[in-house]
Amino acid sequence: MKVKLTTLAVSALMAAGPAMADLVYPLLSYRTGAYAANGIPFADGYTDYFTLLNERDGGIGGVPTRVLECETGYNTEKGVECYESTKGEGSLVYQPLSTGITYQLIPKATADDIPVHSMGYGRTSAANGKVFSHVFNYPATYWDGASIAINHILDLNGGDISGKKIALVFHNSAYGKEPIRTLEELSKKHGYELTTLAVDHPGQEQKSQWLQIRRERPDYVLMWGWGVMNQVAIQEAANIRFPMENFIGIWWSGSENDVLPAGDGADGYKALALANPGGDYPIYDDLQKYVYDAGKGAGAGDQMKTVLYNRGLYAALLAAEATKKAQELAGTADITPAQMRDGMEALVITEETMAGLGLPDFGPAFEVTCEKHGGSGLGKVQQWDASAKTWSVITDWIKSDDSVIQPLIMEDSAAFAAENNIAERCN
Amino acid sequence: MFYREAGDFSTTYPQDSQTFPIKFDRYRYYFVLAFAFLVIPFIINDYWANAILLPFLIYTIAAIGLNILTGYCGQVSLGTGGFMAVGAYACYKLMTAFPEVNIFIHVILAGGVTALVGVLFGLPSLRIKGFYLAVATLAAQFFLVWLFNRVPWFYNYSASGQINAPERTVFGVLVTGPSAPAWATYLFCLVFVTICAILARNLTRGTIGRSWMAIRDMDIAAEIIGVNPLSAKLSAFAISSFFVGISGALFFAIYLGAVEVGEVFNIQKSFLVLFMIIIGGLGSIFGSFAGAAFLVVLPVFLKVVGVDLLGWPTDIVAHFQFIIIGALIIMFLILEPHGLAQLWRLTKEKLRLWPFPH
Repeated sequence: MKVKLTTLAVSALMAAGPAMADLVYPLLSYRTGAYAANGIPFADGYTDYFTLLNERDGGIGGVPTRVLECETGYNTEKGVECYESTKGEGSLVYQPLSTGITYQLIPKATADDIPVHSMGYGRTSAANGKVFSHVFNYPATYWDGASIAINHILDLNGGDISGKKIALVFHNSAYGKEPIRTLEELSKKHGYELTTLAVDHPGQEQKSQWLQIRRERPDYVLMWGWGVMNQVAIQEAANIRFPMENFIGIWWSGSENDVLPAGDGADGYKALALANPGGDYPIYDDLQKYVYDAGKGAGAGDQMKTVLYNRGLYAALLAAEATKKAQELAGTADITPAQMRDGMEALVITEETMAGLGLPDFGPAFEVTCEKHGGSGLGKVQQWDASAKTWSVITDWIKSDDSVIQPLIMEDSAAFAAENNIAERCN
Repeated sequence: MFYREAGDFSTTYPQDSQTFPIKFDRYRYYFVLAFAFLVIPFIINDYWANAILLPFLIYTIAAIGLNILTGYCGQVSLGTGGFMAVGAYACYKLMTAFPEVNIFIHVILAGGVTALVGVLFGLPSLRIKGFYLAVATLAAQFFLVWLFNRVPWFYNYSASGQINAPERTVFGVLVTGPSAPAWATYLFCLVFVTICAILARNLTRGTIGRSWMAIRDMDIAAEIIGVNPLSAKLSAFAISSFFVGISGALFFAIYLGAVEVGEVFNIQKSFLVLFMIIIGGLGSIFGSFAGAAFLVVLPVFLKVVGVDLLGWPTDIVAHFQFIIIGALIIMFLILEPHGLAQLWRLTKEKLRLWPFPH
């Protein structure tokens, strides 16, 4: 029985073996489970962008792209299985869209010489390229996010928030715990009082946390949530009539799927934005022409123009731009994962690049260097309008507080380097 | 014709009571061991190790552990995930506190720590039975996960609350960390599985195993014929947790390398291991292997067939996995309530009579 299974599996792997000479982008997606509502739009956007490149430009630098999708269900073990099953196919860069899986992949991918791009998630201290050679988290990190949210609150209060009470509702995992250290440091600096409220996976049960918020009446509530937890939290906040404009989510808690279930109750809810929401971009004309109308759209085709679909496009765009850079540096179109890493480290995104790609005034301009893998550290704040069912951006780019974050990154990455005997690069 | 006792004479008592009384079985067993130890390490690659063989071996140890408690001693436990977490965190604390000590010893010590915790949570079993005990062990599951999330000492105050396995070697070869070769991690786990399986087999057919089964079959009768329920139940909890702890330690140190307690050792892990022993066969060591293989290999197999061979969308395949595995579980429970091990037993009976079944 076992031998039979083995032969079958082996022959199956052979049959699906790689047709070399294409650029492979593994997509560790989750279209099932408690996080599917957020996983689907991202996966669709990511896939559609590469389809667009193939259909419109014939790939990148003349080499067709191939997206290798693997379902993880946001589960670490399945993520490991997906990584192992796809890495042999020449996978260029991993974007697992899960902080837990990112933590798994950081040492594994580094050992296998494959880059990981955890865009706005994962391990924040990976922004220190001196220690984390293969991990990138541009355009901004969680700690930037925490600082941007506090800066926004500072702006609202004329620069003084001492004595204010701020509560953090977080997913009780490595993801949700990331901002706590930064928020504690910032509370020392600005004198606010921080309360942390953990929500266990998957996050459907939050009655007690919101009861506590109702009792303690914090001035502001920050949220690090994902999947079904977002929807429940926003609904609970509406139920206790918490003033929505004082409720700010990270960029992973700010998509249409998160606010729509709460209906009018979600009106005024704020979330950070890595890039601008909405669908008024020239790229959508191309997508319409080459992808949707040609019947090549990924998934059910009902996610376009949403925040997370845009983010999927953005992630794919950054991967494609890094690929172009890598092709330029390597002098060959058919690059290896190691060359892709070099390309990512030399990536420069300007306003003009974004405009040229059909996404003008979308994301921030930033530059990746050997030391700095974290990008610009810029973010905006967007607010939900429940009657129009749209997100509107209410601030300009807000800069995070580097004087607090940089020492934290150095401290955490130094601890990682000491633990794993990593010598610093870029010297 | 080949599969029978006839002609195979036992001349000593140990020969008479050996695990595989039939010559054919015995040679098959030696062959499997030789294949696992001498052939697979040379042909294994990262994918086979990390996606199939390591989880299979590690879950087997957990299933053997739970089988001792539930299958042999009749105490239903839903705390397996929590006890695995104890093993993982004990291993982590030991690895970081005493880096000079061999990882092999750490894993065994982690099993020992889990045994102590298991006895502690086994105490209620002296007063409560059946479903009520299941609920008590469920409390252990939630309490332990909460504890490892809540007390920063357990994860050495790391910012993310994750634990990461540092690199450790056995005979100069890396077995933990990302650079560890596939064959080394595989052999390390295989050694533990082999030892655990032989140990469990011999425990369950000795005095202690008989007292467990007496308790399982009817505890009042067992007490009357002189089985001490205190020692029988607590030893079952201790030994079961010892195995489960070893599997948790391996799961963390060898297989995953980085663990977050709420995600990896949650209630679903407890159910998964429970399903393994139900499908494999309660009260059978072979059943633990079969159940673990069934629930580890089948999803991967379905994924390979669905996504790579047939080219279906990944979400459809993921949904089909649930449907097919769920249907198979129900089918097994209806057609063969004693699990895969019983199917194996029936096959052996038939083989013995073949080719003259009358």
